[in-house]
Amino acid sequence: MTTEELIASRRAEPWREALRKNRKNKERTDIPRVRMNELDPVYRSRTNEEVNLGLTPEQAMQEAQRCLDCPSPSCMDGCPVGIHIPTFIKQVEAGRFLDAARTLKETSALPAVCGRVCPQEKQCECRCIHLKMKKEPVAIGYLERFAADYERESGQMSIPATAARNGIKIAVAGSGPAGLSFAGDMAKRGYEVTVFEALHEIGGVLKYGIPEFRLPNRIVEVEIDILRKMGVRFLNNCIVGKTITYEELHDDGFVGIFVASGAGLPNFMNIPGENLAGVMSSNEYLTRVNLMDAANPDSDTPILKGKNVAIIGGGNTAMDSVRTARRLGADRAMIVYRRSEEEMPARLEEVKHAKEEGIEFLTLHNPVEYTGDENGRVRQMRLQKMTLGEADASGRRSPVPVEGAIETIDVDQVIVSVGVSPNPLIPSTFKGLEVGRRGTVIVDEATMRSTLSDVYAGGDIVRGGATVILAMGDGRKAAAAMDAALSADRLNSV
Amino acid sequence: MNKIVSKEYFSSNVVKLEVEAPLIARSRRAGHFVIVKVGAKGERIPLTIAGADTVKGTITLVIQAVGNSSKKICNLNVGDEITDLVGPLGQATHIEKAGTVVCAGGGVGVAPLLPIVEAFHDAGNRVIVVLAARTKELVILEERMRAHSDEVIVMTDDGSYGNKGLITNGIETIANREKIDLCVTIGPAIMMKYVAALTKRYQIPTIASLNTIMVDGTGMCGACRITVGGKTRFVCVDGPEFDAHQVDFDEMLMRLGAYKEVEKH
Repeated sequence: MTTEELIASRRAEPWREALRKNRKNKERTDIPRVRMNELDPVYRSRTNEEVNLGLTPEQAMQEAQRCLDCPSPSCMDGCPVGIHIPTFIKQVEAGRFLDAARTLKETSALPAVCGRVCPQEKQCECRCIHLKMKKEPVAIGYLERFAADYERESGQMSIPATAARNGIKIAVAGSGPAGLSFAGDMAKRGYEVTVFEALHEIGGVLKYGIPEFRLPNRIVEVEIDILRKMGVRFLNNCIVGKTITYEELHDDGFVGIFVASGAGLPNFMNIPGENLAGVMSSNEYLTRVNLMDAANPDSDTPILKGKNVAIIGGGNTAMDSVRTARRLGADRAMIVYRRSEEEMPARLEEVKHAKEEGIEFLTLHNPVEYTGDENGRVRQMRLQKMTLGEADASGRRSPVPVEGAIETIDVDQVIVSVGVSPNPLIPSTFKGLEVGRRGTVIVDEATMRSTLSDVYAGGDIVRGGATVILAMGDGRKAAAAMDAALSADRLNSV
Repeated sequence: MNKIVSKEYFSSNVVKLEVEAPLIARSRRAGHFVIVKVGAKGERIPLTIAGADTVKGTITLVIQAVGNSSKKICNLNVGDEITDLVGPLGQATHIEKAGTVVCAGGGVGVAPLLPIVEAFHDAGNRVIVVLAARTKELVILEERMRAHSDEVIVMTDDGSYGNKGLITNGIETIANREKIDLCVTIGPAIMMKYVAALTKRYQIPTIASLNTIMVDGTGMCGACRITVGGKTRFVCVDGPEFDAHQVDFDEMLMRLGAYKEVEKH
């Protein structure tokens, strides 16, 4: 059955037809979009507790009524992992919450994660039919989170069905979203999957990068545990290319390798004073706090807790960093961004939350120098004021300096969050693996296959720096393509 | 996993551990390092590998108890397991036939210098080792060094053993009597700074193996960044060895103190 046929047949099920007839479309579109329940901003900016509280069953069922159950659901085109969106939403509307969670898990290895961190406004929700009627889109992300959370809290977690084990060994380098998504899909197809992780914790950016107040670790743990129950093996503290080489993986019987080693080296701006003590990358800052739990007195890892903290950049990682700084006690936590708020790549929700928590936004400002004290500790930053000029290659108006407009601000900590370059470990150790100018692994876009025929790649090692959901989409695509290639090989060898 | 199979005290606060790590033992080369973490809430710290036994599947680490985390490692005993151990990391030492190679080590830097001494000696170089320590009790691995080199010069600050003086005095003595083709130095940053300054004056190409603050050690956090020849480099993936004459040691020393005031005890 094709995806289109599956959508149509599910939509034609009697219970669903009845549900559709229950209410007129006008009634559905007249329901206002649900608002997420949140912790109070003053309270939350001093704790690590999750900001979003989720929807109640009543809120979720009402929000689900807003969905018109379109015959050709355009929202699904926006989902990189192809979740059957109207199906799961109608299951929520019918109060069949556990079924809704199962629908999510058909195609997504991490629904409770995606329901929290996906930029739905750029993926599924921006394609919702409601927008054409000048209404707010259905809150697909909130509903996804609701169904996944409901299932987890019910204690009746379903384990996705897996095909009979075929004994074929597949290796995954990296346990972030791309690797987990790939591993789940291959396990469903019966492969023996081993995920190798360089760090001591499984989860990649979900653990070291995204803070607890946005994505609690226990949520990630539960989803990883499901993959374990599906037969996926995890091996931490093992670096593919270093601890175990490409050749040794072959010797050990692995016939396919998915490289999902993620973003690596943090970018810096190469301006004076950037190596002063107290200036660090967001990767370092967030890794200390999230992975190493450095803000906890029981942890051995030290952390700087600045009082006047500047975060350079306007992406989600910058928002995560600035909100973390606030929670660690910064009196003044500032975003310094060279363009205007309109061009900011961060999710609207993150910007809104940050503002509510008292974060200052110094937009149209660009750091040109940091100065320190006699001990080499950062004390001030010099900011160049900017204005917006012509649109650049990215379609955004490019910032240009306002001559002579320099501002000096006291800081005792600066967190540089201006992007990352791909992790160099695997590209430098896999002979024959071609990389692009920026160090990203080159793949065929349709199959995610690299220049080495048994090596596929996805996520930030291919994209340079993207989102959880795009990485997961890569994992799914690579799994389908690797499975097709290996199945064809087997047919040929019979 | 990562079980300690032998422990030896080199001095009251310097410990040699032999640790079960068959995969690392198999793939490590001279110059590589590992990241070690003790306990669930432990800190990740880098340690340069001082040797390996591929038959036994073990690696050797030499640790000086200076801070909280290194003390935790030194307090482990035979039979204990290191919670997390990952590697080998970094670029291996480039071993070549250079001619006369001076290997100058100070403090616990002498331990990771040993595999480099062995490798240069095996490659057919004339290898002269300069070992420096504050006092006699802190001179380590002298016999092993003698077995793998052409000459060993010991320097102590207080003159209690070998020659009285600093590591630079030892190197200078050699430089004044014969041509040195390459110098490799490992030790405290301040020591390497002065070694680099001396060998620059004598125009001796010099490699320094740097030990900086790291968190992940795999090229992700950037805590280890230093300036080499005016460019920012990452010790964990670009190093740990660099052209000592290009390294900004003053900046490195300053960065090493970045967490001094908030270090946990």
